[in-house]
Amino acid sequence: MSIGETRAFTVLDLVDLDLKEQNSLDLRCVAGRSGLGRVITLPDINRPSFALAGFYESFAWQRVQLLGRGENAFLASLEPARAHEIFARLFSYEMPCCIFTHSLVPGAEFLAAAEIAGCPILITSLSSSDFSSRIIRVLADIFAPQTSIHGVLVEVYGIGILLTGDSGVGKSETALELIERGHRLVADDVVDIRCVNGSILMGQGANKVIGHHMEIRGLGIINITHLFGVGAIRDKKQIQLICQLEDWNPAKVYDRIGMEELTEEILGVKVPKLEIPVKPGRNIPIIVETASMNERLKKMGYHSAKEFNQNILRWLESDNARAMYFSRDDY
Amino acid sequence: MTELDVTIRNRAGIHARPSALIAQTAVGFGSRIWLEKAGNRINAKSIMGIITLGAGFGTLIRIIADGPDEAAAVTAIKALFDSGFNEELGQ
Repeated sequence: MSIGETRAFTVLDLVDLDLKEQNSLDLRCVAGRSGLGRVITLPDINRPSFALAGFYESFAWQRVQLLGRGENAFLASLEPARAHEIFARLFSYEMPCCIFTHSLVPGAEFLAAAEIAGCPILITSLSSSDFSSRIIRVLADIFAPQTSIHGVLVEVYGIGILLTGDSGVGKSETALELIERGHRLVADDVVDIRCVNGSILMGQGANKVIGHHMEIRGLGIINITHLFGVGAIRDKKQIQLICQLEDWNPAKVYDRIGMEELTEEILGVKVPKLEIPVKPGRNIPIIVETASMNERLKKMGYHSAKEFNQNILRWLESDNARAMYFSRDDY
Repeated sequence: MTELDVTIRNRAGIHARPSALIAQTAVGFGSRIWLEKAGNRINAKSIMGIITLGAGFGTLIRIIADGPDEAAAVTAIKALFDSGFNEELGQ
């Protein structure tokens, strides 16, 4: 594997996924352990009923194979000679793995054939329909386009804000002040971003072990969960606004009205963006807080800057009309 | 753009101290500097970022720099890796 290559997602990774209650796949391996390194390349599943019956045209062997009660009953009904033939043919395809639902355990012969072919056989206690929906959700998440960005992700008044900017501009310090003010830290420094459903950007920390630690110059590495409590952290959050902090550049014109809307594209999704110039004495956390509330107002359909301008236009209009009235000769 | 591949030589891998050394060295250069491992590219000026790579002994890391002093930056960081961060080297 070269340096530039991301590690592929294997069956072992699928079994090892640490998912909570309603997302748990509850998988365990009963045969074919030697094949746990097989790579899952498609975020999809296949019910191999036709293949088992001997029809292999358009057999989607590259996908995860899901076998439920029906398939299992069919396998059990086979006569030994026919079973042997079917298993040999089935396992000649290098499927990533076969998963049995309802805690069904296939016959010894099936397991033996899988063992020889090195095809992992997994078992889950879930029902087929429940398992299908869960695994499709899980795989869609894993195969979602992703990137990682240098920045800090915080949740402020319910809005996910990505603070970006060069090293040393004060992202972490701003985030720390926001946490102190009761907001939440999602990830510091390296934010992993996944594009879910093609329109939602989910950000989270790059690593669970290191999660929710921050590096503050002069202090070193601090543990936010221990210092501020679990109320100060969050595992993942949708990115709804980007605040780009930058050193105050006198030559640059900053937005003074807020009518123009800058956006930045991440993984093909446009996110509203603010450029916030940093200067000693400027209280950045309060600006970020206000930006968050303003963003919420916008989502509710109230755009402060536009509304303000509308009022001015209306006022000028009415003043014009009155002026015309006042300037009439016969007044 | 200058790129260079290095292998981690110290037994403990890149933990907090080596990470701080790398970041401190990187901050001294005007160029933008990254480290890359298995498709993961992070900013070499950030301690937490470097730790996040999870680079243990023997891992192959690519140093990438882009800017006016990129060659010097890559050489300086490579020297850190080569010295094993003045820690015990692995076999």
